[in-house]
Amino acid sequence: MGVDIKLPIGLMFTILGIILTIHGFLTVANAELYKKSLGININLWVGLSMLVFGIFMLALSKKLKRPEAKK
Amino acid sequence: MEHVISLGWIDLLIMAVYIVFVLGIGWLLKRYMLTATDFLEAGRSLPAWITGLAFISANLGALEVFGMAASGAKYGIKTVHFYWIGAIPAMIFLAIFMMPFYYGSKARSAPEYLKLRFDEKTRGLNAISFAVMTVFTSGISMFALAELMRILLGWDFNFSLILSALIVLIYTYLGGLTSAIYNEVLQFFLIVIGFLPLSIIGLINVGGWEGLKEALSEVAVERGFSAGAYTASWQGMGSAATNPMGIQWFGLIMGLGFVLSFGYWCTNFLVVQRAMAAGSMRAARRTPLIGAIPKMFLPLLVILPGMIALKLLNDPESGFALLQKDGSDDFNSVIPMMLGHYFPTGLLGLGLTALMASFMSGMAGNVTAFNTVWTYDIYQSYINPNRPDKHYLRVGQFATVFGVIISIGTAYLAAQFDNIMDFIQLVFAFVNAPLFATFLLGMFWKRSTGHGAFYGLLAGIIAATVHHGLTLTAGEAIGIKGGWIHVFHQYPSEMALSFWTAIWAFVVCFIFTIIVSFSTQRTKSDNELKGLVYSMTPKYKEEGEKWYQSNIALAILVGAMAIVLSILFW
Repeated sequence: MGVDIKLPIGLMFTILGIILTIHGFLTVANAELYKKSLGININLWVGLSMLVFGIFMLALSKKLKRPEAKK
Repeated sequence: MEHVISLGWIDLLIMAVYIVFVLGIGWLLKRYMLTATDFLEAGRSLPAWITGLAFISANLGALEVFGMAASGAKYGIKTVHFYWIGAIPAMIFLAIFMMPFYYGSKARSAPEYLKLRFDEKTRGLNAISFAVMTVFTSGISMFALAELMRILLGWDFNFSLILSALIVLIYTYLGGLTSAIYNEVLQFFLIVIGFLPLSIIGLINVGGWEGLKEALSEVAVERGFSAGAYTASWQGMGSAATNPMGIQWFGLIMGLGFVLSFGYWCTNFLVVQRAMAAGSMRAARRTPLIGAIPKMFLPLLVILPGMIALKLLNDPESGFALLQKDGSDDFNSVIPMMLGHYFPTGLLGLGLTALMASFMSGMAGNVTAFNTVWTYDIYQSYINPNRPDKHYLRVGQFATVFGVIISIGTAYLAAQFDNIMDFIQLVFAFVNAPLFATFLLGMFWKRSTGHGAFYGLLAGIIAATVHHGLTLTAGEAIGIKGGWIHVFHQYPSEMALSFWTAIWAFVVCFIFTIIVSFSTQRTKSDNELKGLVYSMTPKYKEEGEKWYQSNIALAILVGAMAIVLSILFW
């Protein structure tokens, strides 16, 4: 199939990562919100992890495409 | 309408992004769906890492997630037996010993293998019961999700039901099996990232693994078990009375580890189909092995939250409670209630999206398995053979719509009659329990015949039914929990009863198949059995492969990892 699944996965996690990271930054001072998660700004942490994973997937999908193009 | 959790707009935004991507994948794949093979078998072209993750993801439906977390809260770490004993060995067996016949026979489905190996009636029995089972299973999980959304978020039951069905329908209709598999990979990563923070925060909250062990040992002693009953996987398994699961080691290993687990992982077309979609024999055999690696760590995502919930439930200061059903704790609500307990807005949306993803991967798995079996094993075989390929492509697409509509119907049925669903799941258990004996004898004993397989299977199903009718779970009313013929024996737990039902079904099917095979003529010559039976098939060898690249090496590695994990949590 001509669709590289790493591309949509990478894109989705990058977008979700950006949303959560921004949300985490904007709510840094909101202690009430993070009472549930033991005072940890979990949105920021998970958002950044997703961003890293998303970019990693995007990089992989690019890497695989180059040798194919050479052929 | 009163509800438990409130969502912010950011939670809804996350859900919306997910839905856009899921539908987008289906839309991207639409133009590649040219033949029935593309649509129903993913063109047999996918790499092993994709089919391997889909293999696990298709099994990781909402019922699995809810059920395993519920077991974690009820039985503690003993639930890992469903993974390390109840999945890994069977997945290795499927990869090394059975995949060569599934993939090499060029059968397009598990029932079709039975047709090639045995005869038409054995295939018919398997195909029809499987088709019915898939639509009911996806209906039940749809009901579970919509009901949860209603209680948790206050969403309208009909709205959640139709919305989720429609999303699954659109992406499986557009992109067929490929779309289901690609989305399963995406859903797998989402489930991991959405649930992992729950385990991490939960563990921090209860003072790490040591803290959890300490807290649960108090609970165990309070309930009359030894201190490690909830945190050491083999402690107290010597007798059914000394562990919370109510089963002893022999029943566990034979019932779960052998009959049920091999029956599920090695014969259920829902998972086997993922491996058959792989691009080569090597990739097909690699599929269950790659799936086995994340599978053995899934307890961290689904059982651990259950165990943490058990601790919180026994700590009056935690403020954590489960949903109530008929006046007692509804353990199926462990995961969603834990999400609500620990996750702030933002992550909460992600957690609930992961839950939706797990539900959709399970449902799409059922729908795509259904449309293949319907198109090839029922429609093309009995209703309308010898039509051009385009026709079967259309039938496959139509079956997708049809399957989703029946699933919606069964979801409403489940909403109406709670008991009917228990009853139907019980019937499926009877039908499936002996199946592994049939495949095992078919693949490894060339003398087994079509009559032997068919009547052996019937005998196994009857044995399961009769065993259930003659035994009862202690403390339960006669009926759906057994004993409806006469109560000869009482099992200490429902799990023990279902394990032993499966053991009996398997043994009876095995013996009957052998007896009937010996008393009937062989219908397939040695030559016809080439590629279908072990002794008639040339040994498969991959060209130019170093020993450490082989599937055998990977299988040994996977097995060793499972053993190490078992020892660590002994």
